[in-house]
Amino acid sequence: MRKGLRFNKGAEETVRELLRSLLESARVSGVLTLGRTGGADGGVAYSLFTDPDAFGTDGVALPLLPFMPANAGGLLSRLTLKRPLSEPIAAVVRPCELRAFIELVKLNQGSLDNILLISSTCGGVYPLDVGANGSLQERLPQYWEAVEQGELDDDVRSTCRACGSFVPENADITIALLGETDLEAQCTLYLNTEKGATFVDGLEGAEETPMPGDLETELIQRVYSQRAACQDALFAEVDVGLKGLIDTFGRCISCQACKTVCPICYCRLCYFDSQDCERPLEFYQGELKRKGGLRVPSDTVFFQLGRLAHMSASCVGCGMCTDVCPADIPVSTIFSKVGASVQALFDYQPGRDVEEEPPLRTFEAEELAQVVM
Amino acid sequence: MEEFTPNIVGFLCNWCTYAAADSAGVSRFETPPSVNVVRMMCSGRVDPLFVLTAFLRGADGVLISGCWPGQCHYQKGNLHARRRTAMLKSIFDTLGLEMADRFRLSWVSASEAPRWARVVDEFTEHIEQLGPSSVYEELFL
Repeated sequence: MRKGLRFNKGAEETVRELLRSLLESARVSGVLTLGRTGGADGGVAYSLFTDPDAFGTDGVALPLLPFMPANAGGLLSRLTLKRPLSEPIAAVVRPCELRAFIELVKLNQGSLDNILLISSTCGGVYPLDVGANGSLQERLPQYWEAVEQGELDDDVRSTCRACGSFVPENADITIALLGETDLEAQCTLYLNTEKGATFVDGLEGAEETPMPGDLETELIQRVYSQRAACQDALFAEVDVGLKGLIDTFGRCISCQACKTVCPICYCRLCYFDSQDCERPLEFYQGELKRKGGLRVPSDTVFFQLGRLAHMSASCVGCGMCTDVCPADIPVSTIFSKVGASVQALFDYQPGRDVEEEPPLRTFEAEELAQVVM
Repeated sequence: MEEFTPNIVGFLCNWCTYAAADSAGVSRFETPPSVNVVRMMCSGRVDPLFVLTAFLRGADGVLISGCWPGQCHYQKGNLHARRRTAMLKSIFDTLGLEMADRFRLSWVSASEAPRWARVVDEFTEHIEQLGPSSVYEELFL
Protein backbone atom coordinates (compact mmCIF):
# COMPACT_ATOMS: atom_id res chain seq x y z
CA MET A 1 0.00 0.00 0.00
CA ARG A 2 1.44 3.33 -1.04
CA LYS A 3 1.03 6.25 1.27
CA GLY A 4 2.48 9.64 2.05
CA LEU A 5 3.94 10.98 5.29
CA ARG A 6 4.03 14.71 5.90
CA PHE A 7 6.51 16.23 8.32
CA ASN A 8 6.44 19.73 9.72
CA LYS A 9 10.14 20.24 9.39
CA GLY A 10 12.52 20.92 6.57
CA ALA A 11 13.47 18.31 3.99
CA GLU A 12 17.11 18.18 5.07
CA GLU A 13 16.13 17.74 8.73
CA THR A 14 13.47 15.14 7.95
CA VAL A 15 15.82 12.99 5.90
CA ARG A 16 18.62 13.29 8.45
CA GLU A 17 16.29 12.26 11.27
CA LEU A 18 14.86 9.42 9.23
CA LEU A 19 18.32 8.02 8.51
CA ARG A 20 19.49 8.55 12.09
CA SER A 21 16.48 6.78 13.52
CA LEU A 22 16.92 3.91 11.06
CA LEU A 23 20.46 3.46 12.38
CA GLU A 24 19.58 4.02 16.05
CA SER A 25 16.76 1.52 15.96
CA ALA A 26 19.10 -0.90 14.16
CA ARG A 27 16.59 -1.34 11.36
CA VAL A 28 19.50 -0.80 9.03
CA SER A 29 23.14 -1.47 9.82
CA GLY A 30 24.48 1.18 7.48
CA VAL A 31 23.50 4.06 5.23
CA LEU A 32 25.10 4.72 1.87
CA THR A 33 25.00 8.41 1.10
CA LEU A 34 27.19 11.41 0.41
CA GLY A 35 29.48 12.66 3.14
CA ARG A 36 32.12 15.31 3.66
CA THR A 37 35.57 13.79 3.72
CA GLY A 38 37.28 16.83 5.24
CA GLY A 39 36.55 20.37 6.39
CA ALA A 40 34.17 22.78 4.69
CA ASP A 41 36.42 22.88 1.60
CA GLY A 42 37.08 19.17 1.71
CA GLY A 43 35.91 16.59 -0.76
CA VAL A 44 32.54 14.93 -0.94
CA ALA A 45 32.28 11.19 -1.47
CA TYR A 46 29.77 8.41 -1.20
CA SER A 47 30.33 6.57 2.06
CA LEU A 48 28.72 3.89 4.15
CA PHE A 49 27.79 5.34 7.53
CA THR A 50 27.10 3.23 10.57
CA ASP A 51 27.28 5.97 13.22
CA PRO A 52 23.92 7.73 13.79
CA ASP A 53 25.83 10.91 14.74
CA ALA A 54 26.80 11.34 11.10
CA PHE A 55 23.22 12.44 10.58
CA GLY A 56 23.13 14.97 13.44
CA THR A 57 22.74 18.65 12.55
CA ASP A 58 26.51 19.05 12.15
CA GLY A 59 27.13 15.47 11.03
CA VAL A 60 29.36 14.72 8.08
CA ALA A 61 26.62 13.08 6.01
CA LEU A 62 25.09 15.20 3.24
CA PRO A 63 22.16 13.12 2.00
CA LEU A 64 20.55 15.81 -0.18
CA LEU A 65 23.66 17.49 -1.58
CA PRO A 66 23.17 18.04 -5.34
CA PHE A 67 26.41 16.40 -6.32
CA MET A 68 27.38 13.07 -7.89
CA PRO A 69 31.04 12.13 -7.40
CA ALA A 70 30.24 8.65 -8.72
CA ASN A 71 27.12 6.92 -9.96
CA ALA A 72 25.92 5.18 -6.79
CA GLY A 73 24.29 2.49 -8.91
CA GLY A 74 27.76 1.25 -9.74
CA LEU A 75 28.80 1.50 -6.09
CA LEU A 76 25.82 -0.59 -4.93
CA SER A 77 26.72 -3.13 -7.59
CA ARG A 78 30.25 -3.34 -6.19
CA LEU A 79 28.91 -3.88 -2.68
CA THR A 80 26.62 -6.70 -3.74
CA LEU A 81 28.55 -8.26 -6.63
CA LYS A 82 29.89 -11.30 -4.77
CA ARG A 83 26.81 -11.99 -2.71
CA PRO A 84 23.70 -10.17 -1.47
CA LEU A 85 24.08 -8.10 1.68
CA SER A 86 23.49 -10.08 4.84
CA GLU A 87 22.21 -7.11 6.83
CA PRO A 88 19.91 -4.36 5.61
CA ILE A 89 21.32 -0.99 4.58
CA ALA A 90 19.62 2.15 3.33
CA ALA A 91 20.89 3.89 0.20
CA VAL A 92 20.04 7.48 -0.67
CA VAL A 93 20.42 7.75 -4.43
CA ARG A 94 19.21 9.82 -7.36
CA PRO A 95 16.75 8.41 -9.92
CA CYS A 96 19.48 7.80 -12.54
CA GLU A 97 21.63 6.02 -9.98
CA LEU A 98 18.66 3.86 -9.05
CA ARG A 99 18.05 3.03 -12.71
CA ALA A 100 21.70 2.13 -13.15
CA PHE A 101 21.57 -0.22 -10.16
CA ILE A 102 18.42 -1.93 -11.44
CA GLU A 103 20.10 -2.38 -14.84
CA LEU A 104 23.18 -3.85 -13.18
CA VAL A 105 21.07 -6.25 -11.13
CA LYS A 106 19.42 -7.39 -14.34
CA LEU A 107 22.87 -7.93 -15.84
CA ASN A 108 23.80 -10.12 -12.85
CA GLN A 109 26.12 -7.49 -11.38
CA GLY A 110 24.46 -7.04 -8.01
CA SER A 111 21.52 -7.84 -5.80
CA LEU A 112 18.60 -5.78 -4.48
CA ASP A 113 18.32 -7.91 -1.33
CA ASN A 114 18.55 -6.06 1.97
CA ILE A 115 18.76 -2.61 0.41
CA LEU A 116 16.22 0.04 1.34
CA LEU A 117 16.21 2.34 -1.68
CA ILE A 118 15.52 5.98 -0.88
CA SER A 119 15.35 8.43 -3.76
CA SER A 120 13.85 11.81 -4.54
CA THR A 121 12.25 13.80 -7.32
CA CYS A 122 15.46 15.18 -8.71
CA GLY A 123 16.48 18.75 -9.36
CA GLY A 124 19.77 17.76 -10.93
CA VAL A 125 23.35 17.83 -9.69
CA TYR A 126 26.22 20.24 -10.17
CA PRO A 127 29.18 19.21 -12.32
CA LEU A 128 32.29 17.93 -10.57
CA ASP A 129 34.26 21.13 -11.13
CA VAL A 130 31.76 23.02 -8.99
CA GLY A 131 32.67 20.65 -6.17
CA ALA A 132 36.37 21.01 -6.91
CA ASN A 133 36.44 24.81 -6.98
CA GLY A 134 34.70 25.03 -3.62
CA SER A 135 31.64 26.96 -4.83
CA LEU A 136 29.16 24.18 -4.16
CA GLN A 137 28.07 25.43 -0.72
CA GLU A 138 27.36 28.98 -1.84
CA ARG A 139 25.20 27.75 -4.70
CA LEU A 140 22.87 25.76 -2.47
CA PRO A 141 20.38 28.59 -1.67
CA GLN A 142 19.74 29.27 -5.35
CA TYR A 143 19.57 25.54 -6.03
CA TRP A 144 16.81 24.97 -3.50
CA GLU A 145 14.94 28.04 -4.61
CA ALA A 146 14.92 26.71 -8.17
CA VAL A 147 13.85 23.25 -6.99
CA GLU A 148 10.87 24.66 -5.07
CA GLN A 149 9.71 26.35 -8.26
CA GLY A 150 10.18 23.16 -10.24
CA GLU A 151 12.95 24.86 -12.19
CA LEU A 152 16.55 23.84 -12.61
CA ASP A 153 19.50 25.97 -11.68
CA ASP A 154 21.36 27.05 -14.82
CA ASP A 155 24.62 25.59 -13.62
CA VAL A 156 23.56 21.98 -13.04
CA ARG A 157 24.80 19.36 -15.47
CA SER A 158 23.42 19.87 -18.97
CA THR A 159 22.41 16.21 -18.86
CA CYS A 160 20.22 16.97 -15.84
CA ARG A 161 18.54 19.90 -17.54
CA ALA A 162 17.51 17.59 -20.37
CA CYS A 163 16.61 14.61 -18.17
CA GLY A 164 13.02 13.39 -18.44
CA SER A 165 13.42 10.65 -15.83
CA PHE A 166 13.60 12.72 -12.67
CA VAL A 167 10.81 10.90 -10.83
CA PRO A 168 12.34 7.74 -9.33
CA GLU A 169 10.95 4.36 -10.21
CA ASN A 170 11.47 1.38 -7.95
CA ALA A 171 12.35 3.48 -4.89
CA ASP A 172 11.01 2.16 -1.59
CA ILE A 173 10.78 5.71 -0.30
CA THR A 174 10.55 8.85 -2.43
CA ILE A 175 11.43 12.24 -0.98
CA ALA A 176 9.25 14.85 -2.70
CA LEU A 177 11.50 17.79 -3.57
CA LEU A 178 10.78 19.15 -7.02
CA GLY A 179 8.11 21.82 -6.97
CA GLU A 180 7.37 21.40 -3.24
CA THR A 181 6.67 24.64 -1.41
CA ASP A 182 8.65 25.67 1.65
CA LEU A 183 11.20 22.87 1.80
CA GLU A 184 12.80 24.67 4.76
CA ALA A 185 9.76 23.98 6.91
CA GLN A 186 7.96 20.97 5.57
CA CYS A 187 8.62 17.77 3.74
CA THR A 188 6.67 14.85 2.34
CA LEU A 189 7.92 11.30 2.00
CA TYR A 190 6.10 8.77 -0.15
CA LEU A 191 6.25 5.14 0.85
CA ASN A 192 5.97 3.25 -2.40
CA THR A 193 6.46 -0.29 -1.19
CA GLU A 194 5.60 -2.50 1.73
CA LYS A 195 9.29 -2.59 2.55
CA GLY A 196 9.47 1.20 2.71
CA ALA A 197 6.43 1.32 4.98
CA THR A 198 7.83 -1.33 7.33
CA PHE A 199 11.13 0.44 7.75
CA VAL A 200 9.67 3.81 8.75
CA ASP A 201 6.77 2.42 10.77
CA GLY A 202 6.37 4.35 14.01
CA LEU A 203 8.61 7.23 12.99
CA GLU A 204 7.94 10.30 15.12
CA GLY A 205 6.42 13.55 13.91
CA ALA A 206 4.77 12.10 10.87
CA GLU A 207 1.29 12.85 9.77
CA GLU A 208 -0.24 10.58 7.23
CA THR A 209 -1.34 12.26 4.06
CA PRO A 210 -3.14 10.83 1.08
CA MET A 211 -0.93 9.82 -1.78
CA PRO A 212 -1.45 12.09 -4.74
CA GLY A 213 -2.04 10.25 -7.99
CA ASP A 214 1.42 8.90 -8.73
CA LEU A 215 3.32 12.10 -7.84
CA GLU A 216 2.42 13.34 -11.30
CA THR A 217 1.21 16.76 -10.28
CA GLU A 218 0.49 19.47 -12.81
CA LEU A 219 3.84 21.03 -12.02
CA ILE A 220 5.67 17.77 -12.59
CA GLN A 221 3.92 17.50 -15.95
CA ARG A 222 5.16 20.97 -16.81
CA VAL A 223 8.70 19.98 -15.87
CA TYR A 224 8.43 16.96 -18.18
CA SER A 225 7.61 19.16 -21.15
CA GLN A 226 10.27 21.75 -20.25
CA ARG A 227 12.93 19.12 -20.07
CA ALA A 228 11.76 17.44 -23.25
CA ALA A 229 12.22 20.76 -25.06
CA CYS A 230 15.64 21.11 -23.49
CA GLN A 231 16.51 17.60 -24.58
CA ASP A 232 15.48 18.29 -28.18
CA ALA A 233 17.72 21.33 -28.22
CA LEU A 234 20.64 19.40 -26.73
CA PHE A 235 20.22 16.46 -29.12
CA ALA A 236 20.12 18.86 -32.08
CA GLU A 237 23.60 20.06 -31.10
CA VAL A 238 25.14 16.63 -31.71
CA ASP A 239 27.48 16.81 -34.68
CA VAL A 240 26.38 13.87 -36.82
CA GLY A 241 27.80 12.15 -39.87
CA LEU A 242 31.25 10.64 -40.13
CA LYS A 243 32.87 14.08 -40.34
CA GLY A 244 30.92 15.20 -37.29
CA LEU A 245 32.07 12.22 -35.25
CA ILE A 246 35.67 12.66 -36.36
CA ASP A 247 35.48 16.32 -35.35
CA THR A 248 33.91 15.54 -32.00
CA PHE A 249 36.15 12.63 -31.06
CA GLY A 250 39.18 14.21 -32.67
CA ARG A 251 39.45 15.98 -29.32
CA CYS A 252 39.45 12.66 -27.45
CA ILE A 253 42.70 11.93 -25.63
CA SER A 254 41.82 8.24 -25.09
CA CYS A 255 41.94 8.51 -21.31
CA GLN A 256 38.84 6.25 -21.14
CA ALA A 257 37.54 8.12 -18.11
CA CYS A 258 34.04 7.97 -19.63
CA LYS A 259 34.21 4.20 -19.60
CA THR A 260 35.62 4.09 -16.09
CA VAL A 261 32.85 6.19 -14.54
CA CYS A 262 30.06 4.64 -16.59
CA PRO A 263 27.92 2.49 -14.27
CA ILE A 264 26.77 0.31 -17.17
CA CYS A 265 30.28 -0.41 -18.51
CA TYR A 266 30.85 -3.15 -16.00
CA CYS A 267 33.14 -5.50 -17.97
CA ARG A 268 36.17 -6.56 -15.96
CA LEU A 269 38.28 -6.41 -19.11
CA CYS A 270 37.14 -4.01 -21.80
CA TYR A 271 37.68 -5.16 -25.37
CA PHE A 272 39.59 -1.95 -25.99
CA ASP A 273 42.04 -2.80 -23.19
CA SER A 274 42.37 -6.40 -24.31
CA GLN A 275 45.08 -8.13 -26.30
CA ASP A 276 42.84 -7.94 -29.36
CA CYS A 277 43.66 -4.26 -29.48
CA GLU A 278 47.40 -4.76 -29.28
CA ARG A 279 48.14 -4.55 -32.98
CA PRO A 280 51.01 -6.20 -34.81
CA LEU A 281 53.39 -4.02 -36.81
CA GLU A 282 51.81 -5.27 -40.04
CA PHE A 283 48.54 -3.69 -38.97
CA TYR A 284 50.08 -0.23 -38.75
CA GLN A 285 51.91 -0.72 -42.02
CA GLY A 286 48.63 -1.69 -43.67
CA GLU A 287 46.84 1.33 -42.26
CA LEU A 288 49.60 3.66 -43.42
CA LYS A 289 49.55 2.16 -46.89
CA ARG A 290 45.78 2.49 -47.10
CA LYS A 291 45.33 5.98 -45.70
CA GLY A 292 48.74 7.57 -45.92
CA GLY A 293 48.74 8.32 -42.21
CA LEU A 294 47.28 7.29 -38.89
CA ARG A 295 45.96 9.20 -35.91
CA VAL A 296 47.74 8.25 -32.69
CA PRO A 297 46.18 7.28 -30.33
CA SER A 298 43.92 5.67 -32.92
CA ASP A 299 40.37 4.40 -32.82
CA THR A 300 38.76 7.16 -30.76
CA VAL A 301 35.59 6.91 -32.87
CA PHE A 302 35.71 3.10 -32.82
CA PHE A 303 35.96 3.14 -29.03
CA GLN A 304 32.79 5.19 -28.63
CA LEU A 305 30.87 3.35 -31.36
CA GLY A 306 31.88 0.08 -29.72
CA ARG A 307 30.74 1.31 -26.35
CA LEU A 308 27.45 2.46 -27.88
CA ALA A 309 26.94 -0.96 -29.44
CA HIS A 310 27.57 -2.67 -26.11
CA MET A 311 25.67 -0.49 -23.67
CA SER A 312 23.40 2.07 -25.34
CA ALA A 313 20.35 -0.13 -24.72
CA SER A 314 20.99 0.21 -20.99
CA CYS A 315 22.34 3.80 -20.86
CA VAL A 316 20.57 5.56 -17.99
CA GLY A 317 21.70 9.03 -19.03
CA CYS A 318 23.35 9.98 -15.73
CA GLY A 319 25.89 12.31 -17.35
CA MET A 320 28.97 11.05 -15.50
CA CYS A 321 30.84 10.60 -18.81
CA THR A 322 30.43 14.20 -19.93
CA ASP A 323 31.30 15.40 -16.47
CA VAL A 324 34.66 13.66 -16.34
CA CYS A 325 35.71 14.31 -19.95
CA PRO A 326 38.88 16.43 -19.85
CA ALA A 327 38.41 17.34 -23.52
CA ASP A 328 34.86 18.66 -23.01
CA ILE A 329 33.27 16.18 -25.37
CA PRO A 330 29.48 15.94 -24.83
CA VAL A 331 29.69 12.17 -24.47
CA SER A 332 26.50 11.86 -22.46
CA THR A 333 24.45 13.84 -24.97
CA ILE A 334 25.57 11.53 -27.76
CA PHE A 335 24.92 8.44 -25.67
CA SER A 336 21.50 9.67 -24.50
CA LYS A 337 20.51 10.50 -28.06
CA VAL A 338 21.57 7.12 -29.43
CA GLY A 339 20.25 5.40 -26.29
CA ALA A 340 16.83 6.98 -26.80
CA SER A 341 16.56 5.61 -30.33
CA VAL A 342 17.80 2.13 -29.46
CA GLN A 343 15.57 1.96 -26.39
CA ALA A 344 12.55 3.17 -28.39
CA LEU A 345 13.22 0.47 -30.97
CA PHE A 346 12.73 -2.21 -28.32
CA ASP A 347 10.19 -0.26 -26.24
CA TYR A 348 12.62 -0.50 -23.36
CA GLN A 349 13.40 1.87 -20.51
CA PRO A 350 16.50 1.01 -18.53
CA GLY A 351 15.81 0.60 -14.85
CA ARG A 352 12.02 0.56 -15.24
CA ASP A 353 11.38 -2.98 -14.14
CA VAL A 354 13.79 -5.47 -12.62
CA GLU A 355 11.83 -8.37 -14.15
CA GLU A 356 12.14 -7.01 -17.70
CA GLU A 357 14.95 -8.63 -19.75
CA PRO A 358 17.49 -6.23 -21.30
CA PRO A 359 16.58 -6.06 -25.01
CA LEU A 360 19.73 -7.73 -26.30
CA ARG A 361 19.28 -10.73 -24.06
CA THR A 362 15.90 -11.63 -25.43
CA PHE A 363 13.89 -11.54 -28.68
CA GLU A 364 10.45 -12.07 -30.13
CA ALA A 365 9.90 -14.91 -32.59
CA GLU A 366 8.51 -12.50 -35.14
CA GLU A 367 9.78 -8.94 -35.20
CA LEU A 368 12.02 -6.46 -36.99
CA ALA A 369 11.25 -7.80 -40.47
CA GLN A 370 12.51 -4.48 -41.86
CA VAL A 371 16.17 -5.24 -41.01
CA VAL A 372 16.27 -8.53 -42.95
CA MET A 373 17.10 -8.39 -46.64
CA MET B 1 37.34 6.36 -63.94
CA GLU B 2 38.67 3.20 -62.40
CA GLU B 3 36.07 0.49 -62.04
CA PHE B 4 34.80 0.06 -58.51
CA THR B 5 34.59 -3.47 -57.12
CA PRO B 6 32.94 -3.30 -53.71
CA ASN B 7 34.78 -4.74 -50.79
CA ILE B 8 32.10 -6.50 -48.76
CA VAL B 9 32.76 -8.46 -45.57
CA GLY B 10 30.35 -11.37 -45.23
CA PHE B 11 29.91 -13.08 -41.87
CA LEU B 12 28.38 -16.41 -42.85
CA CYS B 13 26.93 -19.05 -40.58
CA ASN B 14 28.77 -22.34 -40.91
CA TRP B 15 25.54 -24.38 -40.87
CA CYS B 16 23.61 -22.66 -43.62
CA THR B 17 24.86 -19.74 -45.69
CA TYR B 18 28.46 -20.93 -45.73
CA ALA B 19 27.29 -24.26 -47.13
CA ALA B 20 25.00 -22.44 -49.58
CA ALA B 21 27.92 -20.30 -50.77
CA ASP B 22 30.01 -23.43 -51.17
CA SER B 23 27.28 -25.13 -53.12
CA ALA B 24 26.81 -22.01 -55.26
CA GLY B 25 30.47 -22.29 -56.20
CA VAL B 26 30.28 -25.99 -56.96
CA SER B 27 27.17 -25.38 -59.05
CA ARG B 28 29.06 -22.66 -60.94
CA PHE B 29 26.63 -19.82 -60.30
CA GLU B 30 28.26 -16.64 -61.47
CA THR B 31 28.53 -14.01 -58.72
CA PRO B 32 30.66 -10.91 -58.45
CA PRO B 33 33.93 -11.43 -56.51
CA SER B 34 32.93 -8.84 -53.95
CA VAL B 35 32.24 -10.76 -50.74
CA ASN B 36 35.12 -11.63 -48.42
CA VAL B 37 33.75 -14.52 -46.42
CA VAL B 38 34.35 -14.90 -42.69
CA ARG B 39 33.05 -18.26 -41.55
CA MET B 40 31.24 -18.06 -38.21
CA MET B 41 29.74 -20.88 -36.20
CA CYS B 42 26.49 -18.90 -35.96
CA SER B 43 25.18 -15.51 -37.05
CA GLY B 44 24.63 -14.99 -33.32
CA ARG B 45 28.41 -15.10 -32.82
CA VAL B 46 28.84 -11.83 -34.72
CA ASP B 47 29.74 -9.26 -32.08
CA PRO B 48 28.70 -5.75 -33.13
CA LEU B 49 32.39 -4.91 -32.76
CA PHE B 50 33.18 -7.20 -35.73
CA VAL B 51 30.84 -5.18 -37.88
CA LEU B 52 32.30 -1.89 -36.65
CA THR B 53 35.83 -3.17 -37.21
CA ALA B 54 35.00 -4.13 -40.79
CA PHE B 55 33.49 -0.73 -41.51
CA LEU B 56 36.21 1.29 -39.82
CA ARG B 57 38.92 -0.64 -41.66
CA GLY B 58 37.33 0.45 -44.90
CA ALA B 59 34.75 -2.21 -45.88
CA ASP B 60 32.23 -0.87 -48.38
CA GLY B 61 29.54 -3.16 -47.05
CA VAL B 62 28.92 -5.74 -44.33
CA LEU B 63 26.63 -8.70 -44.74
CA ILE B 64 25.59 -11.10 -41.99
CA SER B 65 23.85 -14.19 -43.21
CA GLY B 66 22.39 -16.97 -41.10
CA CYS B 67 19.67 -19.57 -40.87
CA TRP B 68 15.99 -18.82 -41.29
CA PRO B 69 14.13 -18.17 -38.00
CA GLY B 70 13.30 -21.49 -36.42
CA GLN B 71 16.19 -23.24 -38.18
CA CYS B 72 19.15 -22.05 -36.11
CA HIS B 73 21.57 -24.85 -35.30
CA TYR B 74 21.72 -23.42 -31.77
CA GLN B 75 17.97 -22.69 -31.53
CA LYS B 76 18.05 -18.89 -31.35
CA GLY B 77 21.40 -17.37 -32.32
CA ASN B 78 19.96 -15.91 -35.51
CA LEU B 79 17.19 -14.15 -33.58
CA HIS B 80 19.79 -12.49 -31.36
CA ALA B 81 21.65 -11.51 -34.53
CA ARG B 82 18.48 -9.86 -35.82
CA ARG B 83 18.15 -7.74 -32.65
CA ARG B 84 21.80 -6.72 -32.80
CA THR B 85 21.47 -5.79 -36.44
CA ALA B 86 18.46 -3.62 -35.67
CA MET B 87 20.35 -1.99 -32.81
CA LEU B 88 23.44 -1.24 -34.92
CA LYS B 89 21.32 0.19 -37.72
CA SER B 90 19.57 2.38 -35.19
CA ILE B 91 22.95 3.65 -33.92
CA PHE B 92 24.16 4.37 -37.46
CA ASP B 93 20.88 6.09 -38.35
CA THR B 94 20.89 8.29 -35.26
CA LEU B 95 24.47 9.36 -35.86
CA GLY B 96 23.81 10.01 -39.54
CA LEU B 97 26.32 7.40 -40.70
CA GLU B 98 26.05 5.95 -44.20
CA MET B 99 26.92 2.54 -42.71
CA ALA B 100 23.21 2.09 -41.97
CA ASP B 101 22.61 1.61 -45.67
CA ARG B 102 25.71 -0.52 -46.21
CA PHE B 103 24.80 -3.15 -43.64
CA ARG B 104 22.54 -6.14 -44.32
CA LEU B 105 21.24 -9.24 -42.62
CA SER B 106 19.86 -12.09 -44.71
CA TRP B 107 18.58 -15.60 -44.17
CA VAL B 108 19.96 -18.22 -46.57
CA SER B 109 19.61 -21.90 -45.78
CA ALA B 110 22.12 -24.57 -46.82
CA SER B 111 19.95 -25.66 -49.75
CA GLU B 112 19.50 -22.16 -51.16
CA ALA B 113 22.57 -21.71 -53.34
CA PRO B 114 20.62 -19.75 -55.99
CA ARG B 115 19.28 -17.47 -53.28
CA TRP B 116 22.82 -16.81 -52.05
CA ALA B 117 23.88 -15.89 -55.57
CA ARG B 118 20.94 -13.48 -55.76
CA VAL B 119 21.75 -11.91 -52.36
CA VAL B 120 25.35 -11.29 -53.43
CA ASP B 121 24.24 -9.86 -56.77
CA GLU B 122 21.70 -7.52 -55.23
CA PHE B 123 23.86 -6.32 -52.37
CA THR B 124 26.88 -5.82 -54.64
CA GLU B 125 24.79 -3.77 -57.04
CA HIS B 126 23.43 -1.73 -54.15
CA ILE B 127 26.95 -0.97 -52.88
CA GLU B 128 28.14 -0.18 -56.40
CA GLN B 129 25.44 2.45 -56.60
CA LEU B 130 26.49 3.92 -53.26
CA GLY B 131 30.15 4.01 -54.32
CA PRO B 132 33.20 3.47 -52.13
CA SER B 133 32.89 3.98 -48.39
CA SER B 134 34.05 7.40 -47.26
CA VAL B 135 35.75 5.73 -44.30
CA TYR B 136 38.45 4.27 -46.49
CA GLU B 137 40.70 7.29 -46.67
CA GLU B 138 39.84 9.02 -43.41
CA LEU B 139 43.20 9.70 -41.88
CA PHE B 140 41.94 10.81 -38.47
CA LEU B 141 39.46 8.03 -37.87
